[in-house]
Amino acid sequence: MNWILEPWPWYIGGPAIAIFMLSLLIIGKQFGMSSNLRSLCSIGGGGKVADFFNFDWKAQRWNLTIMIGAAIGGFIAANYLSDNTVQINESLLPKLQEYGINSAGEAYLPTEIFASENLNLKNLLILLGGGLLVGFGARYAGGCTSGHGISGLSNLQLPSLIAIVGFFIGGLVMVHLFYPLIF
Amino acid sequence: MYKSEAASWFRIYEMFNFASFHMYGIMGSAVAIGMIGVQFLKKKNYKAIDGTDLSLTPKEKGISRYLFGGIIFGLGWGLAGACPGPMYTLAGVGYISILIVIAGAILGTFLYGLLRKKLPH
Repeated sequence: MNWILEPWPWYIGGPAIAIFMLSLLIIGKQFGMSSNLRSLCSIGGGGKVADFFNFDWKAQRWNLTIMIGAAIGGFIAANYLSDNTVQINESLLPKLQEYGINSAGEAYLPTEIFASENLNLKNLLILLGGGLLVGFGARYAGGCTSGHGISGLSNLQLPSLIAIVGFFIGGLVMVHLFYPLIF
Repeated sequence: MYKSEAASWFRIYEMFNFASFHMYGIMGSAVAIGMIGVQFLKKKNYKAIDGTDLSLTPKEKGISRYLFGGIIFGLGWGLAGACPGPMYTLAGVGYISILIVIAGAILGTFLYGLLRKKLPH
């Protein structure tokens, strides 16, 4: 029964995402995960301070359902269908150790950053700052990895390609220029 | 998401080091199949099951918002190692810390809503 705990190779995960996106199109919806963040702002009363949050978030209810589905999926996968470790390319391990991250290969997320017992001011700033950039950038660019990366590219949208080039510039700058400063 | 490890910080780090084909395989195959599917549905002039047109609104033209927004997003993606979809997945797994990332993301979205009119689009 070990196979059930094995991670999915890319040729299962990728097509699964595509089939999910196409199914949403066929039922008249659009695949995009960061829109939920805007909905959550609206539900919280954001419309009072910025017009941007004055929209009919109830029309996005299906998207919020997907968000809850993703959370349930994560719960099931982590508790019953995974040994919760991720094996990455071993050549990266020395560099990660230099950054003080020794949990590669033994955990799903680096415990040095994500374990709640390791929560200190630095990690708090990393987590909050990372989230802030993701949320701000996703709305500024009008989509994230799902809306631009999968839906937009599938529909041959040039703006989505520009956004993805941006995602990679940002990611590469962070990992190669800022990590040595942060960790 | 969880099973394909696309929600793992380690996999994102590895991707930005070009050290594995895994993430590129996931995105590449998703886009390749998505492209074929979307072009097929378009060519057949396929309608959604409720009879409306498919939600394939073209993105507005422009460069700066996509480039700048994209770079900001990428910086966060590289740092927190999670994009919006996997954030919810990880919250379901029970990572308390990811709630801080989600709180940050909601705050970032909110800030964008406040500053939108002052930003180049």
